Amino acid sequence: MIAFDTLEKGQVLGTHTVNVNRADLVRYAGASGDFNPIHWNERFAKEVELPSVIAHGMFTMGAVIDLVSTWVGNPGAVIDYQTRFTKPVVVEDPEGTNPSDFEGTTIEVEGKIGALDAQARTARVDLTVSANGTKVLLKCQAVVQL
Amino acid sequence: MGINPDLVGRIYPAGESYQVGREKIREFAAATKATSPAHYDVESARKLGFNDVVAPPTFAIIVAQRADAQLIADPASGIDFSRVVHADQRFTHHRPIVAGDELLAELYVDQIREMGAGAMITTRAEITTVGGEKIATTVSSLLVRAED
Repeated sequence: MIAFDTLEKGQVLGTHTVNVNRADLVRYAGASGDFNPIHWNERFAKEVELPSVIAHGMFTMGAVIDLVSTWVGNPGAVIDYQTRFTKPVVVEDPEGTNPSDFEGTTIEVEGKIGALDAQARTARVDLTVSANGTKVLLKCQAVVQL
Repeated sequence: MGINPDLVGRIYPAGESYQVGREKIREFAAATKATSPAHYDVESARKLGFNDVVAPPTFAIIVAQRADAQLIADPASGIDFSRVVHADQRFTHHRPIVAGDELLAELYVDQIREMGAGAMITTRAEITTVGGEKIATTVSSLLVRAED
């Protein structure tokens, strides 16, 4: 368990990377029930003026919180979690690759303490999330009950 | 056709309840690449004080998007699902979701803003158990992009 009194604002909790390929998006579509074809059909995605298939914003949001869940040791301690989806995470399907084991797009995450509330004993973790050198989530913040 | 601005303030009552299954939590956790043992292993979850495996922090999106589907499917809404982009999302958990919960979601249309030729629609799902216990509040904004 994390000792609240040892935490400091600005403290870096760690970094994490998540890779996402087309097979991951099919799996997330099935698990979540979000079958919007922009997340699995390239022709359709391009017809609605997207660069290619893009990851579900909720895939990215769902994947990057693992850094916080594992840091605190209890995923149930995340009492509030929010983000803005600013840039799509494009997931390519290059010729000659197997969509199931292609490394795909790498999402990079860094978590740091954004705020502490001593009375409520909560910590706000601010996540910086980028892919291909661009921030893809903004104001990505998780409040953890300690 | 644009989004119908008269939707603001509309409430879509909870439909059928959602039964949270242990395998669904495991499936969703795997699909979001979550690694905490408490999502997969009942003993690990019990050590943290839960009765059964605990859902990842974004699991409630399943229930929230089912509620949103009522709005999107409503012919009065004017929303073309293929032009919907998720703009922002927030989860406030009153208590963690665990396997065995039976959930209801009431959907509120809180705001509609015109964004250029498109529109941003903000909905809120109030998620409770069938017994009335508050579980989570989710707020989603969807950008409906205009046809060129």
